[in-house]
Amino acid sequence: MRVFRWFIGLLFIAAFFVMNFAVFTEIPFNYKLINVLLFCSLFILIRVVKGPSVADRIVAIDIIGILIIGVCAILAIALQRSYFIDIGIAWGLQSFIGTLALAKFLEGRSLDA
Amino acid sequence: MHDLALNQIIGYIIICGGILFDFFGVLGLVRLPDVYNRLQAATKSVTFGSVGILLGVFIYSGFTATGFKAILCAIFILLTSPVSAHAIAKAAHKAGIKLTDKTIIDLYQEDKELQK
Repeated sequence: MRVFRWFIGLLFIAAFFVMNFAVFTEIPFNYKLINVLLFCSLFILIRVVKGPSVADRIVAIDIIGILIIGVCAILAIALQRSYFIDIGIAWGLQSFIGTLALAKFLEGRSLDA
Repeated sequence: MHDLALNQIIGYIIICGGILFDFFGVLGLVRLPDVYNRLQAATKSVTFGSVGILLGVFIYSGFTATGFKAILCAIFILLTSPVSAHAIAKAAHKAGIKLTDKTIIDLYQEDKELQK
């Protein structure tokens, strides 16, 4: 069963990379890089859904926030617009404050002390 | 992909390295057995990956608005991501989330028992 799950995961990842880089060749290269990052955030959503404890979900949301900053940076050079990195900075700020608030709430303290 | 300048090629190489770090960090987040192990793998690796992507964007676009904003965002991530990881780890340990069965030593628990 364990070997079977390993095989399924490896097949999924290999299928994604082959489809992304070898099959659809007319997509621009920047969008292929963004596709890899979105595939990574799909894996993080697995951890959000089935994480056994609350801290797993908080970690997963934090990591998604950091990944989206990378997506915004690649989008800025793909579309030649500089304001996407502003979106990334704002997203990182909100993610940081939200993670600190959730950690404080998990610790059992109130938010104003 | 045929008429790129040298700084753009170097920027793409650094961006691809950062994406590779992101991918392995996410694999660690899915695969490892424990909250603390997942935090360890994911936070360090994904932070380095995103900072790599932003440095690649800086090298790609040079001293323009995009490049300076990318440097600013990279410094911001480098400052804030370890803080949030430390806060989550401390809160998870105080909330009593179990460590995995393969754990050998838990010095923070011993320290808390000594302080009582």
